[in-house]
Amino acid sequence: MAADMRLPTFQKSASLSVSAFDRKDLVVPGDVITSDTGFMRGHGTYVDDDKLTASVAGEVQRVDKLICVRPLKTRFNGEVGDVVVGRITEVQQKRWKVETNSRLDSVLLLSSVNLPGGELRRRSAEDELTMREYLQEGDLISAEVQSVFSDGALSMHTRSLKYGKLGQGVLVQLSPSLIKRQKTHFHNLPCGASIILGNNGFVWLYPTPEHLEEEAGGFYTSLEPVSLSDREVISRLRNCLLALAAHKVLLYDTSVLYCYESSVQHQVKDILKPEVMEEIVMLTQQKLLEQEG
Amino acid sequence: MATVQVSEAEKVYILHGIRDDLRVDGRGCEDYRHMEIETDVVSNTDGSAKVTLGHTAVLVGIKADIGKPRPGVPNEGYLEFFVDCSANATPEFEGRGGEELGTELSNTLYKVFNNKHSVDLKSLCISAGEHCWVLYVDVLLLQCDGNLYDAISVAIKAALFNTKIPKVHISADEEGGKEIELSDDPYDCMRLDVENVPCIVTLCKVGHRHVVDVTLQEKACSVASLIISVTHTGTVTCTRKVGGGSLDPESIFEMTEAGKRVGKALHAPLMKLLQQEESLGKTRQKVGFLG
Repeated sequence: MAADMRLPTFQKSASLSVSAFDRKDLVVPGDVITSDTGFMRGHGTYVDDDKLTASVAGEVQRVDKLICVRPLKTRFNGEVGDVVVGRITEVQQKRWKVETNSRLDSVLLLSSVNLPGGELRRRSAEDELTMREYLQEGDLISAEVQSVFSDGALSMHTRSLKYGKLGQGVLVQLSPSLIKRQKTHFHNLPCGASIILGNNGFVWLYPTPEHLEEEAGGFYTSLEPVSLSDREVISRLRNCLLALAAHKVLLYDTSVLYCYESSVQHQVKDILKPEVMEEIVMLTQQKLLEQEG
Repeated sequence: MATVQVSEAEKVYILHGIRDDLRVDGRGCEDYRHMEIETDVVSNTDGSAKVTLGHTAVLVGIKADIGKPRPGVPNEGYLEFFVDCSANATPEFEGRGGEELGTELSNTLYKVFNNKHSVDLKSLCISAGEHCWVLYVDVLLLQCDGNLYDAISVAIKAALFNTKIPKVHISADEEGGKEIELSDDPYDCMRLDVENVPCIVTLCKVGHRHVVDVTLQEKACSVASLIISVTHTGTVTCTRKVGGGSLDPESIFEMTEAGKRVGKALHAPLMKLLQQEESLGKTRQKVGFLG
């Protein structure tokens, strides 16, 4: 019950892999990349006195004659096929506006969602009027990026049974650069919870459903109380995610699971203390290195 | 205050969790988040403190100035509070957006400190009826992640502990008027006794239970909160109800008792930490804002 108060200390970054720095070519704004004028400049660079200079902090990528700098911390730049977790901000005529941590709000068209019952028909005026019954402001959805508009806004769809409105669970908002691109972003972790690692940095933790829902589109959300053991697992996972994000560890199902296993001996609320976070992340990184090598 | 949107299902999840005493981050209903306190961070103030509570960050600076005492109380000094909600915290505070919240916070602070015992105002008197010390307490909100009152009150207590008011000598000059001289020695100063300075505890009603130190998501699920300022002996100096919802008189009583219990437990670790920081003296490595 007593509040945990302490004096602040300089945060040391727990990084074991020094070799990683040899492979990557990291630059900060103002660093000269090359003085050779034969290269074309891409995103994140500018020409200053005939020298190609970086304008963002990130790693340099070279494709033949094109040099660009990919920033380490940025808003989500979606590509076709990315799985995202978003929150509905507006209900407009025939579409919803979804917040996905990108520069512009993404769009979910009425024609891109599954109607309850799995019917395939033309959307009528009545469907337009009852849009709010399906998705309201504040609701969370998981969706896939279908296309990118010319101004950079994403158009999404939930035309598969695995996407749709999300029910009870916890949302963790992290930086998009920390999420590793993988074949699947939906995982049922063996510790007893399920996770959706959205490419846009939004991670959704929820209790594993006992049986697969047959209803189409996932518009039915169960409001039954979640059991205490499931809650503890989800809270522990949430704190582990925050610990990994604070130490800039790449997030994917294996790293999250290792972090969970390393944290078992601590109490859930202690995981967010700086020294416990450091210890857990060090153990996780060690395990990941062992697994690689 | 800065708000986040939560969906209905998330609200239900949070409500059931609080009912079972297991919040989203694993805390119990009366646990605080990790708090970091540092004093003497702003060099051109007489006292300052920075408090980080979870992601909420608050900076308090205190400046002592000589002024005229208030008409009704000629032998006492006084405190002036000003809360600035900077746009750093959230874009909602841009321009004049943070003014409303700032005035609400400073009005509450006036109420909390509006009694004889919190700060010894008589020690701030220089010459009765003519000169006294006025302490201008400026609070700056750097980051907003829920529970502003608690963080501000802890920061004010730490800053008052850190405040060094220069000692003054009053001498008569040639025409018979009074002249105030500040001593030349920069270390010759007076410290304030902060034993009785109260700390504020915010209790939010979520479902049927009350919760201490809410995050923004939990705040979105609550309709009413009770703000109680408690001294180290358990005395309540100010109670205030905020929020649009209603509170049952019985639950107000329960929340007050819980607030007194939690508030009383805040003071001892805080004073211990401040003494520890003071004892480190010059060897202390200042973290400041670049930690």
